[in-house]
Amino acid sequence: MIDISLGHYLTLGAVIFSIGVIGIFLNRKNIIVILMSIELILLAVNINLVAFSIYLGDLAGQVFTLFILTVAAAEAAIGLAIIVVYFRNSGTIRVEEIDNLKG
Amino acid sequence: MENLNLVLPEIFISLSIMFLLILGVFKKNSSKITFNLSLFVILITTIITINETFSVSRETLFNESVVIDNMSSLMKIITLIGGFLVLVISSSYLKIFKIYNIEYPVLILSSILGMMVMISSNDLIVFYMGLELQSLALYVLATYNRDQLKSSEAGLKYFVLSALSSGLLLYGCSLVYGFSGSTNFDVISNQLNSNEYVLTFGIVFILVGLAFKISAVPFHMWAPDVYEGSPTTVTLFFTMVPKIAALTVFIRFLYVPFLNLIDQWQMIIIFLSIASMVFGAVAAIGQTNIKRLIAYSSIGHIGYTLAGLATASNEGIQSSIIYISIYVVMNLALFSCLLMLRRKDQYYEDIEDLSGLSRNHPLLSLCLLVILFSLAGIPPLAGFFAKFYVFKAVLEQSMFFLAIVGLLSTVVAAFYYLRIIKIIYFDKEKDKYDTDHSLWLKFSLTVSTILILLYFIFPSQLIEVVSRINII
Repeated sequence: MIDISLGHYLTLGAVIFSIGVIGIFLNRKNIIVILMSIELILLAVNINLVAFSIYLGDLAGQVFTLFILTVAAAEAAIGLAIIVVYFRNSGTIRVEEIDNLKG
Repeated sequence: MENLNLVLPEIFISLSIMFLLILGVFKKNSSKITFNLSLFVILITTIITINETFSVSRETLFNESVVIDNMSSLMKIITLIGGFLVLVISSSYLKIFKIYNIEYPVLILSSILGMMVMISSNDLIVFYMGLELQSLALYVLATYNRDQLKSSEAGLKYFVLSALSSGLLLYGCSLVYGFSGSTNFDVISNQLNSNEYVLTFGIVFILVGLAFKISAVPFHMWAPDVYEGSPTTVTLFFTMVPKIAALTVFIRFLYVPFLNLIDQWQMIIIFLSIASMVFGAVAAIGQTNIKRLIAYSSIGHIGYTLAGLATASNEGIQSSIIYISIYVVMNLALFSCLLMLRRKDQYYEDIEDLSGLSRNHPLLSLCLLVILFSLAGIPPLAGFFAKFYVFKAVLEQSMFFLAIVGLLSTVVAAFYYLRIIKIIYFDKEKDKYDTDHSLWLKFSLTVSTILILLYFIFPSQLIEVVSRINII
């Protein structure tokens, strides 16, 4: 058996974080996917913080995680509300069609 | 026992927000009274801030997670005054668009509360909570005119990009926490002196997140769209108030936790500064919408403020703070003019609409002339002195390249400001605009124009207040 060390957790965090960032930029379909990607980024940060917190024996990291979870929930709520408002006005949430403002 | 008087402004403003929300829910047609009460709340908060914190040189609270010093109290006061003026001149605009609701002042108050928390944060957790409180309120404000496609699209874009930048910032925070073992800025500052390259990653992520918030190039792409789409008064708020808070946090991050790693971040800041100055000057040339043009000009101005920050000296920081204060006044004046371009309940925001303005509205045109000259940095107006202090601080550190690029981009930027003046004074005139503006709008335009005009007579007041800020 391999021991799971701090490095493994950090790698997991980095991978999830990259998936989130790439998901925002490569996504050409749907805004909901972007919302999910943002959530992934925040979760990657949480993995990092909890891993560091255990490794350092310092509780501040886990407290930080709880705050981030709360804020992420509020952010998702506001994001969905904005998407609903946008959908009412334009009738679409396809990423390619969000181009009324440009110049 | 902690001296809770130091955070009395925050406590007061948060209790008032809850009270105003309850009032708005239970009392019918209460938008007018909520508006007036929130103006009153901001006034009282300003007075408390001046009374309780202005003479404090440096105090920390709550396990050193909140710091009250000269910089935080000055920036809070500027934030509050800016918020007050935005709120006071937005009511007539909101009435015309039929969005004069109780939520508007409450959202402005909560974003101001978030900024105040951010400004005096001395801990990663406190900083993050303030930042999110601010941005969550700003997302809703950008979408505030929710039946309009443009406004909802602006809100959507702002939400996606700002949430992404918060994520990047947070990832950086997690790395910095892991490698320093604390979330407190002072402890981090003592711990960070190694050259571990994962740490550099963390710093870069945090700087990218902060650069997003102040819309420095290459992280500016949200600014023009959001500024154009949001309601004009919200755009005014965006260009003034969050910039002050974000700049303070930028200063705090660079010069408290990352002070020992100056070699690693100085080049990044210089790059951001040069890119913003050049891009802001060049990209604004082809614009036709005034709000979009202001977005690019604000990107350019952020470049000059960052040039002051890159110097790593107290003079540089002070010059940046003076720059942003003067910039706020100029922006207020410019937007007051923009809000006066109204004809029969419709607002005009294209540069074309200004053509021949001087024939029908000589006084308004004269104000615009002063403001645009000042934005272009022509002496003896306030905008010139702002740039002068920054370039002086930059030259004192012998960073000649930065100064030369800054001066050249000032020249390029002068072109599009002068083009607007040419359109106002020499192009064919259009129909008259309405002149029955609210008293507050006239007041803010007059006061800010006079401040810009007469700054050179009494520059010492501002300099004296700012020179008490010694970070390093």
